[in-house]
Amino acid sequence: MNLFGYLQDPSTWYGPGQTLELLVQHLGYTAAAVGIAAVIGIPLGLLLGHTRRASWLVAALRNGTRALPALGLLVLVALALGSGFGAIWVVLTVVAFLVILAATATGVLDADREAVHSARALGLTEPQIATQVEWPLALPMVIAGLRNATVQVIAMVTVAAFVGGGGLGRLLVDGRASGNDAQMFAGVFLIAIVAIVAYLLLSLLVWRVARQARPGRTTVPSYAAAA
Amino acid sequence: MIFDLQWVQNNAGYLARLVGEHAVLAILPVIAAFLVAVPLGYLIFRTGRAAGAVLTVCGVVYAIPFLALFVAVPLLFGVDLLSPITVGIALTIYSVALLVATVVDGLRSVPTEVRQSATAAGYSPLGRLIRIELPLAMPKIFAGLRAVTVSNIALVSVAAVIGGGALGELFDEGLASRLYTPAIVGLALTILLAVLADVLIRIIQRGSLPWARKQQPA
Repeated sequence: MNLFGYLQDPSTWYGPGQTLELLVQHLGYTAAAVGIAAVIGIPLGLLLGHTRRASWLVAALRNGTRALPALGLLVLVALALGSGFGAIWVVLTVVAFLVILAATATGVLDADREAVHSARALGLTEPQIATQVEWPLALPMVIAGLRNATVQVIAMVTVAAFVGGGGLGRLLVDGRASGNDAQMFAGVFLIAIVAIVAYLLLSLLVWRVARQARPGRTTVPSYAAAA
Repeated sequence: MIFDLQWVQNNAGYLARLVGEHAVLAILPVIAAFLVAVPLGYLIFRTGRAAGAVLTVCGVVYAIPFLALFVAVPLLFGVDLLSPITVGIALTIYSVALLVATVVDGLRSVPTEVRQSATAAGYSPLGRLIRIELPLAMPKIFAGLRAVTVSNIALVSVAAVIGGGALGELFDEGLASRLYTPAIVGLALTILLAVLADVLIRIIQRGSLPWARKQQPA
């Protein structure tokens, strides 16, 4: 059987509920969730890191966010609020927010203490220290957090099809329901491509930013590494 | 009614079976992956050259959404989509990707002086690995084992999208019958299992690495 059959058939790409629309939906869900989560999570993470408060919470979140059963959360929210874009978006945004918050706070907490102390001795105000010293040092971790949130949200959108949401997961669920292996494979293929491209592009950004933040020392925080 | 305690009592046996199934499905891949990741991680660490490339590949594999990997397994390995082996293979691939990175990271954290002292004291490369390098790398490796176990426990449920998925079945049931109870119970038991596994591995770590008790990574 030709696994690429579904992808090669132009009639499956265009039209309502077809592949192209699902792809756009998938990217749209992800962007909407990660975007809002970043707008709230980054400043809050900077504040949490700078004041060095609740560092136990930050440590718990770093590993804990991977323990969240995405499907269970989506099912509960779908039961309570229905399976519209809004309900799914809330779950995605909360998860992305926690990932970004923890990464930003970790980056600030790990910022070179001597640099921070020197800045304070030189008379910089606290907001100046946060924005001019800690922020640039934390930036690689912040971008890594954005990357990890994006990857996790892409995976969660896939699962959202199960509770009646859109996105590329539809190809898996519908293909499974109608016994169409080629349609399922189309889903697998496109989902993997979207996730890998997002991961590599954002990793490249992390690497470039890390090189600027610490010339000569380019250890890039990997996604596949225990925090 | 949001929560029906009677339902839980009526289904206690079924729930216990799901928890057991869930634990086995999540933990066996971790053990399999550990046995693969230690030699593989050591090879990458020793040869050095390929490290960057292999670690990038691990990151990329880990970035693939679990559901996509899970559905791809039958197409690649010819096993049945609904078989528990499918979940096992998919989780093992994931676990290896995460653990290899951790093993390399752990071995790199062993100070060069320690390594050189061991060689000077007459350790063979294998003896040095087993007696000196691995024990010193274990705190980081344990952190990786915890991360991968907890993440596997969360992921097993996702298989319910296709069918099966141990505790994930409860999400399927909740959605189909529009009842909160199965979904809440499924969510609570999954999180409980993850917390339990995390605590258990911490205890094993404390017991097996008595010298590292004071410098445990968070």
